[in-house]
Amino acid sequence: MNTAMKGVARLVCVTAGVFAACGPNTRDKGGTGTKLENYSAVAPGAPDSVHLIAEVSAGDWRMPTGDYGGLRYSTLDKITPANVKDLRVLTTFSTGIPHGHEGQPLVFKNTMYVVTPFPNNLIAVDLTKPGGAVKWIYEPHPDNRAVGIACCDVVNRGATYAGGNIIYSLLDANVVAVDAETGKEAWRTRVGDINKGETLTAAPLAVKDKVIVGNSGGELGVRGYVVALDVKSGKELWRAYNTGPDSDVKIGASFKPFYQKDRGKDLGVSTWPPDQWKLGGSTVWGWITYDPETNLFFYGTGNPGVWNPDLRAGDNKWSCAIMARDADTGELKWAYQATAHDAWDYDEIMENVLVDMTYGGRMRKLLIHPGRTGFVYILDRETGELLSAELFEPTNWASSYDLKSGKPNEDPTKRTHFGTVTNNICPSSTGAKDVIPSAFSPRTGLLYIPAHNTCMNYEAIEANYIAGTPYLGADVKMFRGPGEYQGELVAWDVANNRKVWGVKESMLPVYSGVLATGSDLVFYGTMDGWFKALDARTGQELWKFHTSSGIVGNPVTYLGPDGKQYVVIYSGIGGWMGAVAFPEVSEDDSYAALGVVGAMKDIKKMTAAGSSVYVFGF
Amino acid sequence: MSLVFSAIVAAVALLPLRVCADPNNLPYSNAAGAGFENKIAELVAHDLGRTLSYVWRPQRRGFVRETLNAGQCDVMMSVPANFGPAMPTLPYYASSYVFVWRRDRTPPIASLDDPRLRQWRIGIQITGNDYNNPPPAQALARRHLLNVRGFTVYGDYSQDEPQRAIVDAVARGDVDTAIVWGPLAGFYTRGQPALAIAPVSPPYDGPGLQFVFEIAMATRRADRVLHDALNVVIARRRADIHRILREYGVPMTAEPRTENRHHDS
Repeated sequence: MNTAMKGVARLVCVTAGVFAACGPNTRDKGGTGTKLENYSAVAPGAPDSVHLIAEVSAGDWRMPTGDYGGLRYSTLDKITPANVKDLRVLTTFSTGIPHGHEGQPLVFKNTMYVVTPFPNNLIAVDLTKPGGAVKWIYEPHPDNRAVGIACCDVVNRGATYAGGNIIYSLLDANVVAVDAETGKEAWRTRVGDINKGETLTAAPLAVKDKVIVGNSGGELGVRGYVVALDVKSGKELWRAYNTGPDSDVKIGASFKPFYQKDRGKDLGVSTWPPDQWKLGGSTVWGWITYDPETNLFFYGTGNPGVWNPDLRAGDNKWSCAIMARDADTGELKWAYQATAHDAWDYDEIMENVLVDMTYGGRMRKLLIHPGRTGFVYILDRETGELLSAELFEPTNWASSYDLKSGKPNEDPTKRTHFGTVTNNICPSSTGAKDVIPSAFSPRTGLLYIPAHNTCMNYEAIEANYIAGTPYLGADVKMFRGPGEYQGELVAWDVANNRKVWGVKESMLPVYSGVLATGSDLVFYGTMDGWFKALDARTGQELWKFHTSSGIVGNPVTYLGPDGKQYVVIYSGIGGWMGAVAFPEVSEDDSYAALGVVGAMKDIKKMTAAGSSVYVFGF
Repeated sequence: MSLVFSAIVAAVALLPLRVCADPNNLPYSNAAGAGFENKIAELVAHDLGRTLSYVWRPQRRGFVRETLNAGQCDVMMSVPANFGPAMPTLPYYASSYVFVWRRDRTPPIASLDDPRLRQWRIGIQITGNDYNNPPPAQALARRHLLNVRGFTVYGDYSQDEPQRAIVDAVARGDVDTAIVWGPLAGFYTRGQPALAIAPVSPPYDGPGLQFVFEIAMATRRADRVLHDALNVVIARRRADIHRILREYGVPMTAEPRTENRHHDS
């Protein structure tokens, strides 16, 4: 299959008359060992100006981000702009868990692997049989006390595959490896403690002989980290914290941040009041990507814990930062803090998409980070230099970034202070996008960003109560931002730092991941349940289908046993913003779902809980 | 009409009083029934002529939504008297955040404006969730007193008394003082003559910031029958309830006579 696929890829290069693109577009990466089956080192039809940094999906989907660069791009091109109108549902089945279905399945060797929301069952589906035939279901039975600790629904963001095992996080802060053939548990490692408020929702990423994953739970005063486990045994090999002394953060002689603001000794301690880094949040609940050439892996960190900003004077490093670490040792090579002393809950856990392309007149090694803050950050991934930061949605907390200092030009009146009313802050805490990932097409050079347009008022104080203790909470009200829309799929021209088109949603954010394909199609879903295919170049809607529940998962495409191309998406509303759809979340409880109720009050009329997997094809 | 009402009351009386409670949260409640909320629940159930049962769940985000408001149980034994997500009864006591200190190390302290606080390490509670902090955190931030140590109210839930760490830190001298919700501080300093407590002054610290909270029970908003029955018990057994609270060392402040806002409807 592997050889056959490459044959197809080469053929496309020739017939498309872009033979020259196939040569420089292929790069010997070295160091990564074996090639992935049903992956492609080339993206047929991509211009000479865009180079892949790792193989992309070409029939299988073996890692949560699709590929190490996080492109969520497949070379598959059998479903085309011309025939997509005939796409129809071939199989649908229920996972049985009516909660937010974030994440995406893995697909290889004629099997689809689906991780459910808590209780985090793993379902293996035999693709050689019709009707979503279940091979086996692995039930890990995680500690159900984790349910009350998770902040924003009991989601899971998917599994990765390594060493014959499907490896994924459990909400109760364990990581499990399950034999991909038999469904038997190979190992289980506890990496965090739910008794201290830690949970795991992020997808691990396997790199060589290690699997790397980060923790969740920043709002409960935990301390963020990434941990590397041995793929074979699950044994913990190293752990790197995002706050605290340099030894804990794994900062040594090779740490070379680009900007002065990020340089200094023990900044993870000195940029906090005494000891507050111990409760400093900065967790890692988003996506990890990896560059085989530099052997660096990249992730973003969450907001600083745990107090309101007035009580945690300082930059609060390394919260709200993009981190580049050595994949063997975990050592920090550079860090870029996007917002210092966060006052808005702008976690920067968003994906870091990796690609080499002509940028500013020369070939550069890029890291593209569409931020919670409303800016698309483009950095040199070797050095951490900020090359550009431009707005992709209405934003007023800052107007621009100074590329010389790496700092935002902020509007100080938009900073929140407890006891002070601050109106019309854009974006709201949910950001101009959240953890839901974008896709990049090497053919179009466009990043497809699932975006929100939501603002907030930081208002009066109300008495609340937890664990026997009365306290005061700021009443955060979120609402639709300017321009009569709340969601948008944004096509961002990376080389030219500009939006080229957007498809707007009137009432709801776009909270679904995106998939781009080799035939210039873009797939994504909406929170009211539509699954859509757009022309990747123009944004024209070519096809849509209404699923039974809102979509907060990420589409995946694969080649079936019959050699045909399929597209799969989860349909199950939930997650932070989507949880408002659940009947038990009251529209008049301003604290539910951390303040998003105001922005999401219409969702109950537009969708309801679901737990379905939809497979489309011809 | 009153016949029908009496019939409902009679029918309800046959069912156990189902209390939503945390199984490991002393001094409030635990699965062994050793908390003051357990004792008050026993008193209330007895007074209503009903048996008592519990639905146990750690008090975390979603507790009200997934226990009381999901219909799994019928009453929470304590919430602030103006609590929004459920229907509070009349308040049955009021308490205050208090300073806790060790007599042999620290002179008495009661005021947030005491200049000695500038030199001290101060322990405070953490309630979690973005944008939410207990009132001492805000009061200290306003005064630029940032030398604080945080102790989550959830504590280490694998231990038997997750919340006592903040008082232990004062006893050990890890912090010079701590500002702690009264019932917790009172319970863990009771019988420890080396430790002292005093209500935080001022009790109202500028707009919106308060240290005194009135505490009520709560039912679902639609559960008028139980709500009214609880109000009758609270009125009739107030002295007995207060005796339980005193046994647990809960420091009580005078209750302002506020109207319950849910009575207006």
